[in-house]
Amino acid sequence: MSVTTAGDQRSGFSLGEYVTCLNGIVWREALRFLHQRERFVSALVRPLVWLFIFAAGFRQVLGISIIPPYETYILYEVYIAPGLMAMIQLFNGMQSSLSMVYDREMGNMRTLLVSPLPRWYLLSCKLLAGTAVSLLQVYAFLLIAWFWDITPPPIGYLAVLPALILSGLMLGALGMLISSGIKQLENFAGVMNFVIFPMFFASSALYPLWRVQEGSPMLYYVCQFNPFTHAVELIRFALYGQINWVSLAVVAGCTAIFMIGAILAYDPSRGLSRRGPAGGET
Amino acid sequence: MTAIDAMTSGGVGPDTSPRQDPGGVPALSIQGVSHSYGPRRALIDVSFAVAPASFTALLGLNGAGKSTLFSLITRLFGIQSGRIGIFGHDISRAPSEALRLLGVVFQPRTLDLDLSLKQNLLYHAALHGISRREASLRSQEVLARIGLADRAASKVRDLSGGQMRRLEIARALLHRPRLLLLDEATVGLDVKARADILNHVRQLVAEQGIGVLWATHLFDEINSSDELVVLHQGKVLAQGVVARVIADAGAQDINAAFARLTAAVADNRSAAP
Repeated sequence: MSVTTAGDQRSGFSLGEYVTCLNGIVWREALRFLHQRERFVSALVRPLVWLFIFAAGFRQVLGISIIPPYETYILYEVYIAPGLMAMIQLFNGMQSSLSMVYDREMGNMRTLLVSPLPRWYLLSCKLLAGTAVSLLQVYAFLLIAWFWDITPPPIGYLAVLPALILSGLMLGALGMLISSGIKQLENFAGVMNFVIFPMFFASSALYPLWRVQEGSPMLYYVCQFNPFTHAVELIRFALYGQINWVSLAVVAGCTAIFMIGAILAYDPSRGLSRRGPAGGET
Repeated sequence: MTAIDAMTSGGVGPDTSPRQDPGGVPALSIQGVSHSYGPRRALIDVSFAVAPASFTALLGLNGAGKSTLFSLITRLFGIQSGRIGIFGHDISRAPSEALRLLGVVFQPRTLDLDLSLKQNLLYHAALHGISRREASLRSQEVLARIGLADRAASKVRDLSGGQMRRLEIARALLHRPRLLLLDEATVGLDVKARADILNHVRQLVAEQGIGVLWATHLFDEINSSDELVVLHQGKVLAQGVVARVIADAGAQDINAAFARLTAAVADNRSAAP
């Protein structure tokens, strides 16, 4: 008997092989997540700090009028909860992006990219795996928030799942697209300053857009064009069993655009070869 | 018998015999490949072939273009000009068919240090669509053969450099490729670990008919009966059986032959207007 036999000469792949590959990538992402407990803790601490401290302080300053999907006056904590859920996904998307840059520098990314399965499929699996991890984080946040009197209707916990999957895919695809353009791990700090913070603050995560419009019409339009705003609103409406169709369309469209961009950027004939091999190799 | 020697003494699959490709198709065919990073030319009209069941050494100094060539063969980079085929499958037109037949050990470590040995193998198997059950079976057997079965659950981070390389070679063979690429696979290892790995790869060629392209800058890793491709500053300076290359260069050994070949390039450059 031998370790190696003739590699098979089949063309294409069976459905089972595609599923096996997806399972393998999701499984690895979950393992990495479990091994990095501090990542899980920090992913939860960040929104909880906003909820417990920031929201408590702003409760008296910022009044929230009755706006859809809310049918009555709500506490500020209730208002920002969907924004914090989206924030978890935003940070998770960027964390995935960071890990892709790290994997590329360390060489692990090559293992993925030399798989015989189509590259678009491999990247899609990677994206799904990252989204699955973000769902765990969001539901853990919702559980803790429930003890803080943030209690959406029970159906909302289920209805928000598709919205979270879609917004997770959009933010993950954005992270993937960004990772393709980052040459070194050190450059990642710029992503924090130029992507995460502007996206988060110029959105409806912390304050309703009508409030923004009163303060600065220009910023209002920036917020309207920010896909993160629509991710927040999609989650907010879904959490109360409703659909915001405009946000759904924007998030779905942006997901497709970011994903196509990431696939093109990781296409061997377009992206990676311009940079040259990893440090020291030629 | 070392652990790595033992790796070749048993096997997972039913097939035991060394094989030649019946159609005479080369395991690896590189034709007129050039590649540039902006204005810098890394490869210039590179052409050579690797036969099935042969050990071909790709000899070049650091910066010769070996890793760029490996990145093109593995489709990490797109081909700018020329053609690369693996058992007749064009890597640009039929990448899936070509990559199925290819096992790779890259110069940098590509193992996930925070996962266990077995988890690394299972992940690789999944990327090739190998079912979990089959992958688990193959993983146990290859780990037993490289003498690391008792460390299957250990984190890769805890292995020595030589053990990591053995694991990477075992991983590259898990999907049963017919062509194995190794890019500076012995860099950073001690003398014994280097010898073990080199012997092991040669056994794979002799006993299982795998075509091997072994990139190195170390002369002592090359035997006189090996096929040799000398790559320097992105160009192929010589190729053929080592003994023939040495004779053609009018040298006594590979070291002297390499010095003469590369000196000739330097002379041509300085003579150019």
